[in-house]
Amino acid sequence: MRIGLFIPCYMNELYPGASMATLEVLERQGLEVDYPLEQTCCGQPMANSGCTKNLKDLAQRFLRIFKDYDYIVGPSGSCVAMVRTHYAQFLDGEPGFDRLKERTFELCEFLHDVIQVETFDISFPHKVGLHNSCHGHRDLGLGTPSELHVPCTNKLENLLLKVDGLELVTVKRPDECCGFGGTFAVAEKEVSVVMGNDRIEDHLSAGAEVMTGADISCLMHIDGLARRQGKPLKVMHMAQILNGEVPHGTS
Amino acid sequence: MGHPEKAKEFTRDLDRTHWHDKALWFVREKRDRAIKAVPEWEQLREQAQKIKSHTMANLDLLLEQFETNAKAKGIQIHWAKDAEAHNRIVLQILQDREMTRLVKSKSMLTEECELNPFLEKNGIEVIDTDLGERIVQLRQEHPSHIVLPAIHLKKEDVSTTFQEHLQTEAGNNDPTYLTRAARTHLREKFLAAEAGLTGVNFGIAETGGVVVCTNEGNADLGSSLPTLHIASMGIEKMIPRLKDLAVFTRLLARSATGQPITSYTSHYHGPVEGGEMHIILVDNGRSEMLGDPLFRKALNCIRCGACINTCPVYRRSGGHSYGYIIPGPIGSTLGPGKDLAAHRTMPYACTLCGSCTNVCPAKVDLHQQLYYRRQQVVDAGLLDPPKERLLNLAGWLFKHPALLDFTGRLTRKVVPCLPRALLYNRFNPWGEERELPEMPKKSFKELYKEKKGGQS
Ligand code: SF4
Repeated sequence: MRIGLFIPCYMNELYPGASMATLEVLERQGLEVDYPLEQTCCGQPMANSGCTKNLKDLAQRFLRIFKDYDYIVGPSGSCVAMVRTHYAQFLDGEPGFDRLKERTFELCEFLHDVIQVETFDISFPHKVGLHNSCHGHRDLGLGTPSELHVPCTNKLENLLLKVDGLELVTVKRPDECCGFGGTFAVAEKEVSVVMGNDRIEDHLSAGAEVMTGADISCLMHIDGLARRQGKPLKVMHMAQILNGEVPHGTS
Repeated sequence: MGHPEKAKEFTRDLDRTHWHDKALWFVREKRDRAIKAVPEWEQLREQAQKIKSHTMANLDLLLEQFETNAKAKGIQIHWAKDAEAHNRIVLQILQDREMTRLVKSKSMLTEECELNPFLEKNGIEVIDTDLGERIVQLRQEHPSHIVLPAIHLKKEDVSTTFQEHLQTEAGNNDPTYLTRAARTHLREKFLAAEAGLTGVNFGIAETGGVVVCTNEGNADLGSSLPTLHIASMGIEKMIPRLKDLAVFTRLLARSATGQPITSYTSHYHGPVEGGEMHIILVDNGRSEMLGDPLFRKALNCIRCGACINTCPVYRRSGGHSYGYIIPGPIGSTLGPGKDLAAHRTMPYACTLCGSCTNVCPAKVDLHQQLYYRRQQVVDAGLLDPPKERLLNLAGWLFKHPALLDFTGRLTRKVVPCLPRALLYNRFNPWGEERELPEMPKKSFKELYKEKKGGQS
């Protein structure tokens, strides 16, 4: 099984640590992982702003680079959602697109559904708050959204529960948006900041030492707010916890 | 002013912002509890979606059937292609009968048509009789929510308004006291009214009757005390059969406020004895929307307001920040549908979190619509030019990996050397309240190459 590692552009530049953790978690499962060097960006920032000008090119690029892998795995729910839910507008009917769509997974989803990891053989003796980032949560179905009346499950929680010593805290609003939202964070800065601070408060009052999630863009926003205000909340990507790292910053 | 500027105003009062958020989250939680008591909730939503989509696909035939059946019941039917036509029809009906006093129950359609100012200009006294609507009417404001029109106001605000207009005691903020005062005031208006206007929640093609749902019974008084009842109805309010109604009444109140059913679900199948009943069927852009596959599902909306209650942006920016009569997710697709340029910031007042789509009882694909509305904004050249240039530049850069790597390397090298004042200033809205990520020395790609190089 050959896995194409899909690292979002900003993660490559700003979060090499979480990116490396993603690679290592997969390798520790004995998987053969390849990171195609010519990859850049899935196009999500432009798409979410409505700028479609370069998107067909970027989507075709992505398809060309990744189409021959057995699985394409990326540590970002929103970027994977871009491929799975929004590429159709640009790639519908292109040879290989349906296969690509079916085989592109968010990291935790892949570990949970495809590899069905039994144990990570690691411990993380800390109180952890899980942030269910919206695109992964609602568009990819990583967890059951609180709005729906269907049997409840959460793939991220299931994985975290396999980590020794990890205590998952219960927040009041488990799937409320953090207010990152791509360019929203800047265009609607005030609302974005209130939303982010509200998440931080919810996690802190639940007793979380570390906040984790499957989308580092949200975590970057939360971390930026928490650090500015000197809040005692560390932020880590799921991959970093599953890779057995000790609490540190996101990078 | 667009949404960002008005939202900035709103969030200036942080306590009030949190109060507003919590008030609406309370409604959302009440809704959650109510729907979890209905095991077949998701099937109901699916059924509602199917009925509405079927209705929209056959709207012409159903409307004709509705007209025939309504006429047979002695109801007079009028067709209005737009807001202006609607308003003129209402005025004409009133003027023909030399009536000048109208009581109204809640109708977002008449808000959409701006009926009140039009009638007032023509010498008609219009009294909104829904308590929340009356409060905002006295304050000369617009509703800030489609179900909870005065949700932006605290009881203290209502007290001051009533003190000024209804001569209640200064500083008496007791909700019961204030409600009683409003009731006495409205009772006089009801008794003096010559005509009553209601909205319509559902029009039933099979019977030719309409159904109005309220919690205050004000529609019932307004339509039965005066001898003239006018019902204003958007053409999308149609449902095919009486038995379809049950699906919607079960969904509507639970979604809206978490009640099992609205206090009053009133069926109107003809005029009161010796009186007249008129129904005005209003298009006002709806047929155009029906022709647009990307946005037509918005016509399935039953105006429950659930998407508004759950919207994390609405809860923290208030209904008036949207600048359109319907705020929140549903307003943000309807507004730009009406006037893209005027409402171009609405689709961006959203993080695409998708909570709205999940709560919607009629399964309107709200966050997808907002995603596509943004493309319309850009295609029409309405995005801020610098922003568009930046995004297109980024898009172009992403097609050139070597250049992208270079830019990344440069940023990671330069940023840590800059003094804080150069990094954190008004040109960096990110950094006004957030730290930037710490710049790593190497990118993942560089680390990966080293790792693989070391291995081979
Ligand atoms: S779009 Fe759906 S959730 Fe929003 S008001 Fe309409 S029916 Fe209710």
